[in-house]
Amino acid sequence: MIELKNVSRHFGNTIAVDGVNLTIETGEVCVLVGSSGCGKSTTLRMINRLLPYSAGEILVDGEDITTMNPEQLRLNMGYVIQGTGLFPHWTVARNIAMVPTLLNWPRERINARVDELMTLLDLDPSAHANKYPQQLSGGQAQRVGVARALAADPNILLMDEPFGALDAITRENLQLEMLRIQKQVRKTTVFVTHDIDEALKLATRIAVMDQGRIIQHDTPENILRHPASDFVENLIGKQDRGLKLMSLRPVRDLMANHTEPRQSEPGEHVLREEDSVRLALSVMLWQDLRQVAVFNAQEQETGVITRERIIQEGV
Amino acid sequence: MRVWLPATLLASLLLALSAGMPVLEPLFNWVQPGKQQVIYERESFLFLLQNHLMLVVVSAAVGTLVAVAGGIFVTRPFGRDFLPLVGQVASIGQTFPPVAVLALAVPVLGFGEAPILLALVLYGLLPILRNTLAGLEGIDPSVREAALGMGMSPVLVLVRVELPLAGRVILAGIRTSVTINIATAAIGSTIGARTLGDPVIAGLVNGNTAYVLQGAILIGLLALTTDSLFEALERSWDRRLQSVGV
Repeated sequence: MIELKNVSRHFGNTIAVDGVNLTIETGEVCVLVGSSGCGKSTTLRMINRLLPYSAGEILVDGEDITTMNPEQLRLNMGYVIQGTGLFPHWTVARNIAMVPTLLNWPRERINARVDELMTLLDLDPSAHANKYPQQLSGGQAQRVGVARALAADPNILLMDEPFGALDAITRENLQLEMLRIQKQVRKTTVFVTHDIDEALKLATRIAVMDQGRIIQHDTPENILRHPASDFVENLIGKQDRGLKLMSLRPVRDLMANHTEPRQSEPGEHVLREEDSVRLALSVMLWQDLRQVAVFNAQEQETGVITRERIIQEGV
Repeated sequence: MRVWLPATLLASLLLALSAGMPVLEPLFNWVQPGKQQVIYERESFLFLLQNHLMLVVVSAAVGTLVAVAGGIFVTRPFGRDFLPLVGQVASIGQTFPPVAVLALAVPVLGFGEAPILLALVLYGLLPILRNTLAGLEGIDPSVREAALGMGMSPVLVLVRVELPLAGRVILAGIRTSVTINIATAAIGSTIGARTLGDPVIAGLVNGNTAYVLQGAILIGLLALTTDSLFEALERSWDRRLQSVGV
């Protein structure tokens, strides 16, 4: 658990962060979102003491971080940044092994861990372990960045616009990957982005920041339904709210279940239980259908979702 | 291994000529007819070569230490205030001719090896300092940020990340510095240091072109040898990274 209590950072006469109160529960993904210069990155970098704060206190698992050795503190916090920050003179494997090496893990354990992480992040160890970061694509490099952050199994993950420099397709892939990994490892995560869609997709709770303050801290659904101010309303895109709410909701919520799963031939592009209602609607509009069959992970048809139901209850 | 071949060949030629210059007596008789003595014999060439090298090596070692330490100091958070000043000095110092440094050093340190050592250290320091700064400042800031943010101590960041990344540029600075200093050290002969400049000066004073040639050839060969040595060093440095195609 990370707690920020009345944290401020002054910078001469300018105030970068102004009395921020924020509690991030264990296992939660908290996304700090706001326009550039709103203090979101500054807030993140104060949590691992890359930046000092002028007032207030930050507690990690109840302990004041200023009483801890900064290196010890950081070794327990994975850190992923936009430019990846991979060491260009080290191989991928050595980059990932960085923190375990600092912690003096035995060689075999490090090697096993590097293999495990590369597999987790969908990088083939035999193909990529001995490459240098310059030889990777942007998406691969950022996967390595995430693997490096997870290497020593830290309790906390800090991510500063990690997917900001990637193209839309790669970014979306990595977002999905992150959701999948988060399900497996359940790290307490603080994620900074300026992209509200990314925030809505990844967050369990979103903290909207403006001019160094937190304007609203709530679940994605509540942010969409009850924006606290005009600023938040503009950020989430007033008119687009309906569709955004739909994309938070899984098909599972609105489908009519069959009494028992049926075996049938799922096509290439099938709708799954965990897909969003928005996707279901899109499929129906495009293929001009009244209803669509829904499949589970075992390729069984478990129910159908209808257009009427989405229109009535989708939001 | 092939990268080291030119350096080895040049070094053998240099040593052979230093030891066996008298073999070439007929050639120098032809160059400088009418002199009784055409081979410089006041001091053995090997001794002069050794002394010359000693001056260059000592000044390069001291210069490298001071310049790299200085470069590191002004790029740390506590030394940042000095960065603009040091950066300017490093650039302006380059425009100062070495002879001028020598002329200024003699009144302070007298004649002999001391003033030339001082001049060599001061003059050789600048290219190394400039390259150390360029190398350290040229590192992608996100690399340093990630290293610190993942829990490396500042000293580890310097030793494991910054210096290896800046090393190639620093090495290039040392190469420039040493090459310049090999030439500059020869000027030391004018103020009483024993260097390969001795035969050149003696030849100029006595109007003996053969002496001048012998000194100049050896100095030139020494400079070429050292330069190709650094070339080989840089190549093998690159190759370590390039074996994987950076």
